[in-house]
Amino acid sequence: MSAFSRALQAYPTLLRVGFAGALAYRAELLIWMLTTTMPLVSLALWTAVAESAPIGRFGAAEFTAYFMAALIVRQLTGSWLVWEMNMDIRSGSLSQRLLKPIHPLFVYSAENLAAIPLRALLCVPIAALALAAAGGERFQAAPAPLAIFAAALLGAWLLNFFTMALIGSLAFVMESSTAVFQLYLAGFMIFAGYLVPIELFPPALREIAAVLPFRYTLAFPVEVLIGLSGPRAALRDLAVQWAYAAATAATALWAWRAGVRRFAAFGG
Amino acid sequence: MTRVRYLRLLGTQLRVSLALGMQYRWEFLLDGALTVLFAFIGVIPLYIALAGRPPVGGWTFERALVVVGWFTWLKGILDGAVNPSLISVVDRIRQGTLDFTLLKPADAQFLVSTAKFELWKLVDVAVAIGIFVYAFTALGRAPALADVALSLALLAVATLVLYSVWILVISAAFWVVRLDNLTYLFNSIFDFARWPATIFTGFWRILFTLVIPLALMTTYPAEALLGTLAPRTAALAGLGAVLFAVLARAVWKRAIGRYTSASS
Repeated sequence: MSAFSRALQAYPTLLRVGFAGALAYRAELLIWMLTTTMPLVSLALWTAVAESAPIGRFGAAEFTAYFMAALIVRQLTGSWLVWEMNMDIRSGSLSQRLLKPIHPLFVYSAENLAAIPLRALLCVPIAALALAAAGGERFQAAPAPLAIFAAALLGAWLLNFFTMALIGSLAFVMESSTAVFQLYLAGFMIFAGYLVPIELFPPALREIAAVLPFRYTLAFPVEVLIGLSGPRAALRDLAVQWAYAAATAATALWAWRAGVRRFAAFGG
Repeated sequence: MTRVRYLRLLGTQLRVSLALGMQYRWEFLLDGALTVLFAFIGVIPLYIALAGRPPVGGWTFERALVVVGWFTWLKGILDGAVNPSLISVVDRIRQGTLDFTLLKPADAQFLVSTAKFELWKLVDVAVAIGIFVYAFTALGRAPALADVALSLALLAVATLVLYSVWILVISAAFWVVRLDNLTYLFNSIFDFARWPATIFTGFWRILFTLVIPLALMTTYPAEALLGTLAPRTAALAGLGAVLFAVLARAVWKRAIGRYTSASS
């Protein structure tokens, strides 16, 4: 437990270091931010499609609200930890992280969180403008949905981060875990509601999407934010999301511990 | 004389890739299954948007499937012939082992572009042909022979553009050290080539036609196969592709001039 509290004490400093690092690699951060603006393309596409006739209860305004919310959620919860870990493990620079008296995943998480203010700098103005244009009345300003949204956002970040950590840990046993990551991304693209709102799926696929964890990383917070799901369903989904997050975290930590034992730093 | 030499070199590189690929027969099977699965998953958004609904920008679901077919085919070329070689360049730049390539008595761009082929990606082409068969059966007709020839010519044009874009991306590796996110960005943009570019309107249509030529890559070959492409557009596409390739070659030359071997 003392290790944990020591890590918590060091966390503000880690965040400052991470923020400085994010500032130093501005070009990378910019590309990174561009990759998460894909909902804008989806938005252009679906508003064009919805022009002739709405799909389900989705007209042009609903699509705008949905994809803007998706943009915000993705910017605030995304993580590229897999690439970071792949590189650290393969090049051996992980040994430097292992030397620190804090769990490396803690340090990784601080680096990830510290970049969020910079990312928000780009996406929030765009999203706010588009939402103002689409009419913001869909957004629920009541405290209860907002609280659920905040919890869902945190849950989505945790789920994302630990999934990345889990896939990244595979690099301890495989030459590179990016192939597995590609597979994960393909699943994410469709079943997280990133390209199409899950509600519009054919029934059989909707059921598959409801069971898989993907939708809890994106679609669920988005649906809460734009008021697509009622408070009762939202609370139930929140419980499932946090259960998924906890399970993933436990598995990731176990995989990390098992992996580090195999790790024999190359070079350094 | 040099042309013969480069053809022989290409043959050798292909043979090495084939020998390497035969080691991973399981990967072939797995990859084939995944390709079929992803082709199905990729069609879902189009199905939702177009099936049983009024056509958008003149595209019905069956016609849009032809675009998906070309997308799948081109994705196979990208993942099988373009990506594998060029990704390894990035590693070599970082580690400084690009020296070995530069020392060889052949054009460096040729050598790095043909370093590795993943021949099992031919499965993608088979899936693409399956999609074409399905789409044209649903349309209730067969494509004209001239249209098939024109669309295959446009496929060559599309491959040239795709390759040139990749050369540009790789050239960036001489300036920035990490490319993971750049390749990811490229892949996520390329994913939209699944959609007919003429569904987009305004800014996005211009972006995907002229700046990031997704229209040229999949929409034009599809229109050619459907017999609706204007000959002028096809000619302009060919011209644009050649210009793009010349530009990419120039940027590559500049980039390689900046290369100073890393490490010892």
